[in-house]
Amino acid sequence: MKFWRTPLDLQDIHVSKGMVLILEDRCKGCGYCIAFCPRDVLHESTRFNAKGYHPPEVKNPDACVNCHYCEIICPDLAIFSVEIPPHPVNAGPSEDNGSTGS
Amino acid sequence: MKKAKASPSHPLDALVRTERIPHIWCPGCGIGTAFSACLMALHTSGLDLDKTVMVSGIGCSGRAAGYTRLDSYHTTHGRAIPFATGMKLAKPELQVIVFSGDGDLFAIGGNHIIHAARRNIDLTVLCVNNLNYGMTGGQVAATTPTLAKTTTTPRGNPEQPFNLPLLVYAAGATYVARWTILHTRDLTQSVQEALHHKGFAFIEVLAPCPTGYGRRNKERPLDTLKLYQERTLIKNGANPAEAFLDFERGVVLGKFVEEQRPTCIEMYDRTCRLPDSAAG
Ligand SMILES: Cc1ncc(C[n+]2csc(CCOP(=O)(O)OP(=O)(O)O)c2C)c(N)n1
Ligand code: SF4
Ligand code: SF4
Ligand code: SF4
Ligand SMILES: [Mg+2]
Repeated sequence: MKFWRTPLDLQDIHVSKGMVLILEDRCKGCGYCIAFCPRDVLHESTRFNAKGYHPPEVKNPDACVNCHYCEIICPDLAIFSVEIPPHPVNAGPSEDNGSTGS
Repeated sequence: MKKAKASPSHPLDALVRTERIPHIWCPGCGIGTAFSACLMALHTSGLDLDKTVMVSGIGCSGRAAGYTRLDSYHTTHGRAIPFATGMKLAKPELQVIVFSGDGDLFAIGGNHIIHAARRNIDLTVLCVNNLNYGMTGGQVAATTPTLAKTTTTPRGNPEQPFNLPLLVYAAGATYVARWTILHTRDLTQSVQEALHHKGFAFIEVLAPCPTGYGRRNKERPLDTLKLYQERTLIKNGANPAEAFLDFERGVVLGKFVEEQRPTCIEMYDRTCRLPDSAAG
């Protein structure tokens, strides 16, 4: 993650990380999730699903911050994100219980 | 990044009749997003979902009731509100949500909605406003913007659209909000508030209909969402009179009204249910 200045409490900031799950056969290829993901995680795949649409595909998995926007903008209940266990930004060892910093 | 092989289940699946999914809504149709926001609000509302019902009229938006894993009712065209009113009066303990389209609620059903608002009957009404009659092929509606093209206004709509928030407020609604599907977090929060509001709560949701409306007005689905991003202004507490629907001038969004007034049932009980001694 890039900062415009280094926060003094950098070691305490935890950015939540997400993993996107795509129910390909529900997707109708509208592209909303791709266009409105704030972290540019997704792009259109070249594959066709059973209905002939191109579902999204994860191109940038590490960038996902589990904001769920793809999930809530999708008109087709075809995509959602889940949190993957948090770890500190600077990879230093630390105990934490899931605070988010984004 | 691996895609889970055994199809994972979507967080809202418990509230959806998944055997009917994929739904009939076209690619990019905004009804699905409004529907998800409504389900998300129900999911997090803490309400007893065994006592929550959804009522729809006819139209693409009216299909929502049939996709909800709740007791739900797909009624006749324009009659979602009287149907819901009857249910609420017969069983006041029910939480009654109406999910329907602009044509259903304000054209053929227009008379019902103004009287439900006037009586302040305790309903939560979500109106998906896609600016036309989507289901029947994109005819002009009471909500179609001036000069917009539809199948029945090929040279542009000569009329002015209803300002729905102003209309329901003037009629007596006690909770009034407007969002677009792009503002889905605000929308979800509004639905939650509306569910807990005592009285007639109305939420207009602007949503693209790429097949009926978009195609004739040179708006692809993503163009409509850009319009929602660039030509709207959030003004909570704004006078509903400012909420005219004109993307050229900018469209005001927000929670406009949240007031308390005795509900239809409270007024009826107070006025018409006389104590036993007096009634005799
Ligand atoms: C009594 C009656 N008149 C007309 C129709 C035809 N009809 C079906 S849906 C519809 C309009 C729906 O418009 P709206 O409520 O805006 O729903 P949308 O499809 O746009 O979501 C009409 C006129 C009907 N089904 N029943
Ligand atoms: S959860 Fe947020 S960051 Fe992750 S893919 Fe979805 S929209 Fe993008
Ligand atoms: S928003 Fe949903 S339907 Fe649209 S492309 Fe993304 S996953 Fe597919
Ligand atoms: S016709 Fe319009 S309102 Fe109906 S499903 Fe298609 S896009 Fe949605
Ligand atoms: Mg409509």
